[in-house]
Amino acid sequence: MEDVLKIGSHSFSSRLFVGTGKYKDFAETRAALEASGAEVVTVAVRRVDLSKPADQSLMTYLRERKFTLLPNTAGCYTAEDAIRTCRLAREAGMTEFVKLEVLGDPETLFPDVEQTLMAARVLVKEGFTVLPYTNDDPITCKKLEDIGCAAIMPLGAPIGSGLGIRNPYNIEIILRQSKVPVIVDAGVGTASDAAIAMELGCQGVLMNTAIAGAKNPIHMARAMKLAVEAGRLAFLAGRIPKKLYATASSPLEGVIGSERS
Amino acid sequence: MRVQVNGEPRDVASGSTIVALLTELGLSGRPVAVERNLAIVPRAEHAATELAEGDTLEVVQFVGGG
Repeated sequence: MEDVLKIGSHSFSSRLFVGTGKYKDFAETRAALEASGAEVVTVAVRRVDLSKPADQSLMTYLRERKFTLLPNTAGCYTAEDAIRTCRLAREAGMTEFVKLEVLGDPETLFPDVEQTLMAARVLVKEGFTVLPYTNDDPITCKKLEDIGCAAIMPLGAPIGSGLGIRNPYNIEIILRQSKVPVIVDAGVGTASDAAIAMELGCQGVLMNTAIAGAKNPIHMARAMKLAVEAGRLAFLAGRIPKKLYATASSPLEGVIGSERS
Repeated sequence: MRVQVNGEPRDVASGSTIVALLTELGLSGRPVAVERNLAIVPRAEHAATELAEGDTLEVVQFVGGG
């Protein structure tokens, strides 16, 4: 039986979701997305620049290669703006799949929990499949799940910080209580961070800066693909317990006689 | 008559529809979404929706983002 990630009515083979921002240019974006093996990519919703025609390469490519678009509400600081952005996204992309992100302040980019909960309630009622970016607080995550969000996306560390999974204990509590998929979103820095998230039992990892900001984004995209697969397999394999003392790996019987007498 | 599009004032002919505006902006056929006075105008209604003096419009699209 294939190990598939189900979110709402969607099914995915790849558990790595990637962002499409911050790359040097379209060619690099395309190469990194290919190397990552991702099926789901986030996009932002922004005003069309009326003074000049925008380059359509990225969106044309994403549509031709049939990526599942996950529009985000990046830049929104209120529930009202996030809700408006999701409605615009649904209209622009003909998709009900949205990443809800309501920020609390521009330095930490931590979510405004109160506004996120308010927006989630309205969006779920309007039929969106909501994937909320949230902090690693199990209480907030439970509220988002109870509201009807299709997944929970707790941050590992601040967006773009590269600090990895700062509170694996909270993530583990969130995993134990959640019936919807838990996808770590934000803060991943390198491959081992992604593997750690998957080894804990997370159902997926979402990242942008870790790949786009790497010295070689194509290499890092491939590293992340492998890390997410490795972490997932390790989780499914059932790791050995951590022990204080040693247990020999070689048999104790039949050791040759010692020279000393 | 005067309307606001993406935060900028713009003069349009009275009786202009959203389709006409998008064409004028060079956006016809592009996957954009339009909000008029804080309400989404579905694509199917673009041809039938006439703009009014003082309308505030947002015309958005998807771009790269995390």
